[in-house]
Amino acid sequence: MVRRTNVVLRRIYPIAPRDLEQAGTVSTHVRRELLALGMNPDVVRRASVVCFEGEMNMVLYSQGGRIILLVKEDRVEILFSDHGPGIADIDLASQPGYSTAPDWARELGFGAGLGINNMEKNSDLFKIRSRVGEGTVVRATILVGVPFF
Amino acid sequence: MKLRDIAELLDAQFITGEDQADREVTSAFAADLLSDVLAMVKDEGVLLITGMTTPQVVRVAEVMNMGAVLFVRGKLPTASTVAYASGTGIPLLATRRIMFETCGALYQEGLDPARRKHFPVDHGTPDERGS
Repeated sequence: MVRRTNVVLRRIYPIAPRDLEQAGTVSTHVRRELLALGMNPDVVRRASVVCFEGEMNMVLYSQGGRIILLVKEDRVEILFSDHGPGIADIDLASQPGYSTAPDWARELGFGAGLGINNMEKNSDLFKIRSRVGEGTVVRATILVGVPFF
Repeated sequence: MKLRDIAELLDAQFITGEDQADREVTSAFAADLLSDVLAMVKDEGVLLITGMTTPQVVRVAEVMNMGAVLFVRGKLPTASTVAYASGTGIPLLATRRIMFETCGALYQEGLDPARRKHFPVDHGTPDERGS
């Protein structure tokens, strides 16, 4: 039987494509929300990094979408969903060093091809589903270990 | 190493956060590639040495809980980025020295390199690994 845990906090953030002035702000909000809940610094840092990588990917490559932060008693879940263009080969896209980033993204210091791998490494559970032409959904979960409330 | 000593050593100016001149940074990491900062820096309270001045530099420093950002090569972030940084409490410094000289001087003074995670690309290129 799956044990249901209460949702402690839920936040929904819209992400606009190519909005470089704002890119990264959702992650800083997420970080502050988690710090305000008094969560373990390691969990806060990992969740913030996962969120930042995902947010930058959405801003740089997607046609926009949203990030949902769900804090439960035993975990932090971050859900990313976008409106396309979708990832044709997820295994390839997850390989460190593989990148399809255009020059303008690289000039901003991103697009080194480490993002998805870094999200995966900082998460306890990580899942990507994608359909070309429709969009990509990522669920990243960071386990808190013991309930912190 | 204290930010005050770093500023003195490199003729660096505080752009914001001068009130935190006594803050200690644990170690340093130098890069213009923010992807690498996000993927490789293990420690917190690290000094980020960079020539990149986009708003994302400060946001990366914030999510990574870094100690301060030092801009090299005489580059300065925009006013809105500075204002944002003041809100986060992350001190920003700027020096006209190039990155090589900056790192060399700090290393010579005994500032440690940031401990790094296992580099994701330590074992060859994606082409080699994919086969």
